[in-house]
Amino acid sequence: MKKNKNKTAWLAGLALALPLYAGANPIQDSYRAAAKQENPAFKDFSAAAGRKLYTTKVGELACASCHTDSPMLEGKHAKTNKVILPMAPAANPKRLTDAANVEKWFKRNCNDVLKRACTAQEKGDFMAYLLSR
Amino acid sequence: MKSLSNILITLVAVTLSLTVHARNNGEERGRPVLPTHVNAKWQQECSGCHLAFPPGLLPAASWRKLMSGLDQHFGTNAALGEPDTVAITEFLVKNASNRWSANTAPLRITESHWYKSRHSELSTAIWKRASVKSHSNCAACHTGADKGVFDEHRVRIPR
Repeated sequence: MKKNKNKTAWLAGLALALPLYAGANPIQDSYRAAAKQENPAFKDFSAAAGRKLYTTKVGELACASCHTDSPMLEGKHAKTNKVILPMAPAANPKRLTDAANVEKWFKRNCNDVLKRACTAQEKGDFMAYLLSR
Repeated sequence: MKSLSNILITLVAVTLSLTVHARNNGEERGRPVLPTHVNAKWQQECSGCHLAFPPGLLPAASWRKLMSGLDQHFGTNAALGEPDTVAITEFLVKNASNRWSANTAPLRITESHWYKSRHSELSTAIWKRASVKSHSNCAACHTGADKGVFDEHRVRIPR
């Protein structure tokens, strides 16, 4: 009986905690930790800053060049024309679930578009924008 | 009499094979272009930006060169981790063209003789269409490209 009660309490606790956790993404959390290290004054990630980064053009390319103006839509590789599935998890649940994959594409695409690596702040902002869609 | 016909058959066969050889200057794609079992990493990593090009389209030397220069991959740093690079190189080299006799190793499939001879009849206007856009966009016309099927029956040139 006591065991059952414990179980009920645990489930109730989980039910309360789940909605709080629903917006969190463990990959973004790891960028949050890195951003705090980068900058002691770090406060939080911003979807608006992420949107700005998404549309920033350096040279010929912006993220939007291949991913279209909306990360909810299917994109096309600017050079090869290959179809790119939507980046926002709301349109494509597989996105932002594999840390190594997320990091691989940040590494590659920050270099392609910005000609440099992205900071943890920028990566987290970008994810905040994608998660807000 | 029988030996004479044998000699004739051999002569015809040799002439035919030489003609094929001459046609593509020894730069002939392999058969099959894609093995039945493919490497999962090759499929995943090489299809990120373009079709995962079947290994039989180029000779082993091309794949070795290409895979050792992924940090400068046609204008992009596409470098992978060591284990993935090794595994994908192995798959490509093992299944590279088995009919490439020329001492050449192009990095672009489109520079190979077999490619050029098979696409020579197409007008430049087709390549400029938004639906095609690039020579690397095999799947625009080859509907079975992702399965390694490039025969003419499966070609549909988009508008």
